[in-house]
Amino acid sequence: MRIFPLGDSALTVEFGNAISPELNRKAIALADHIEKNPFPGLVESVPAYASTTIFFDLLKVRRSFAEYPTAFEAVKKCVRDLIADLAVSPNIDPRLVEIPVAFDRKSDFDLGYIAEEHGLTIDEVIEIFKSKTYRVYMLGFLPGFSYMGEVDERIATPRKQTPRTLVPKGSIGIAGRQTGIYSLASPGGWQIIGRTEVEMFTPDAARPTYLQAGDEVRFVSV
Amino acid sequence: MSLTIEKPGILTTIQDLGRTRYRRFGINPGGVMDRTAVRSINILLGNDENEAVLEMHFPAAQIQFGSDVIFALGGAEFGAELDGVPVETWRPVFAAANSRLSFGRKNSGSRTYLAVKGGFKLEHWLESASTNLAAVTGGFEGRKLMTGDRLEPRQSYEKPPRNIFHVRISPSLLPLYSSFPTVRIIAGAEFERLSAASQVLLKDQDFLISNASDRMGFRLLGKPISLAKPLELLSSAVDFGTIQLLPDGQLTVLMADHQTTGGYPRLAHVISRDLPLLAQLCANDKVAFHLVDATHAEELALEFERDLDLLRVGCQYNRR
Repeated sequence: MRIFPLGDSALTVEFGNAISPELNRKAIALADHIEKNPFPGLVESVPAYASTTIFFDLLKVRRSFAEYPTAFEAVKKCVRDLIADLAVSPNIDPRLVEIPVAFDRKSDFDLGYIAEEHGLTIDEVIEIFKSKTYRVYMLGFLPGFSYMGEVDERIATPRKQTPRTLVPKGSIGIAGRQTGIYSLASPGGWQIIGRTEVEMFTPDAARPTYLQAGDEVRFVSV
Repeated sequence: MSLTIEKPGILTTIQDLGRTRYRRFGINPGGVMDRTAVRSINILLGNDENEAVLEMHFPAAQIQFGSDVIFALGGAEFGAELDGVPVETWRPVFAAANSRLSFGRKNSGSRTYLAVKGGFKLEHWLESASTNLAAVTGGFEGRKLMTGDRLEPRQSYEKPPRNIFHVRISPSLLPLYSSFPTVRIIAGAEFERLSAASQVLLKDQDFLISNASDRMGFRLLGKPISLAKPLELLSSAVDFGTIQLLPDGQLTVLMADHQTTGGYPRLAHVISRDLPLLAQLCANDKVAFHLVDATHAEELALEFERDLDLLRVGCQYNRR
């Protein structure tokens, strides 16, 4: 584990450098634990694949922890204490979410390319894709964009060399062993295999994103 | 009683200090590019520091005041005129009903800010009035301002209160804007992974701001920088001021509308005290970096907070 500053108003706790449910569970658990037990000056905590970043108000931290030479040292101490608590807290069962997908059999998107690259038929690619349950490791890139994994090795495909200037909202893409849903229309380089009508991002809702880090997702054909 | 946009300017948006607490949902903070300017002019007007303002690029908007309004300008200096009479930045100004604010030329900086006393009536999205252009939400209908848009100030004045106009900002508080600033940075998580020659290149060369720069990030052009050994990183949170190394050896600095996460090496972070100097640059300006330690960065940030406290106290005293 490594703790380092991310500028003068944040620090990152890095649990490792691998996409693994175990490291990700730690990252999410720490982020949740901090939000439930905020130290004076906490702004927010952001879980990612294998790290948690904690943003703080430098002035408030310094005023509340005058005995520490720097805000970074003070927050580091708070975070270390929280991590020590975390070892005894149980894992929470993930929420399972089903997402209906219209697979793009005929369009000029990338299902045909993936099949060709791997010597499979389009139907085989779809079946292999649907056969897995995917973990939502993190949200990022766009409001509500979910980074999920792991895609089966048999259909894992690298990003496009040249990103598309416009990927439609609701598009489901593959990048290596990751899959994700474009919550908004956006430029993007992931290999697009289908589309969902489910709104991944609803600005005016109390909880604006459909998925959260830690959820599990299954894709079903519409 | 409203402000009417008569000419929209190239990119005029509603912004405040940003949308915190939603990064974990991929929702970026956004907010103004130059936080120092906006905090200062809001304090000058007796507003909450986080009160929403207009952020304008050059050419800036032409605005008609539908009622008596007190406003202040800060940040870039765009030759502002009120009915043809030059208007100073960094001080409260009274605009009578039917007067017109326009901007003539870009003298310094790239982003000017207009705050009105009492703030604007705006709906907040997730606790902030900042415009999120990518998500088409927040601010004014989630978009930049257009001709004919009307903004409603919360306060209007029968006659201007006397005391507010005595307020001036101490020159020591004003950022020393330049088109070629030296900006202080602290080392990022992957700084030590740079080759020795590249560490020197980061610190000792001048970078050109490319024209592929915007509110999301500034692309910097310089002699290519490289890691000692290739490195694959997982995406993790990034922040305003994070300097990332791109695969082509060039740098990008994340600005106000940055994405919440990134997977490129984090070489350094612009210290919060100096972010406004960077935020006032545009394409073809230059920047140099000076490495300081994290403790010093914190001290500089605290020093600035103390200066802002003095301004706040001074303004309150003046209004009594």
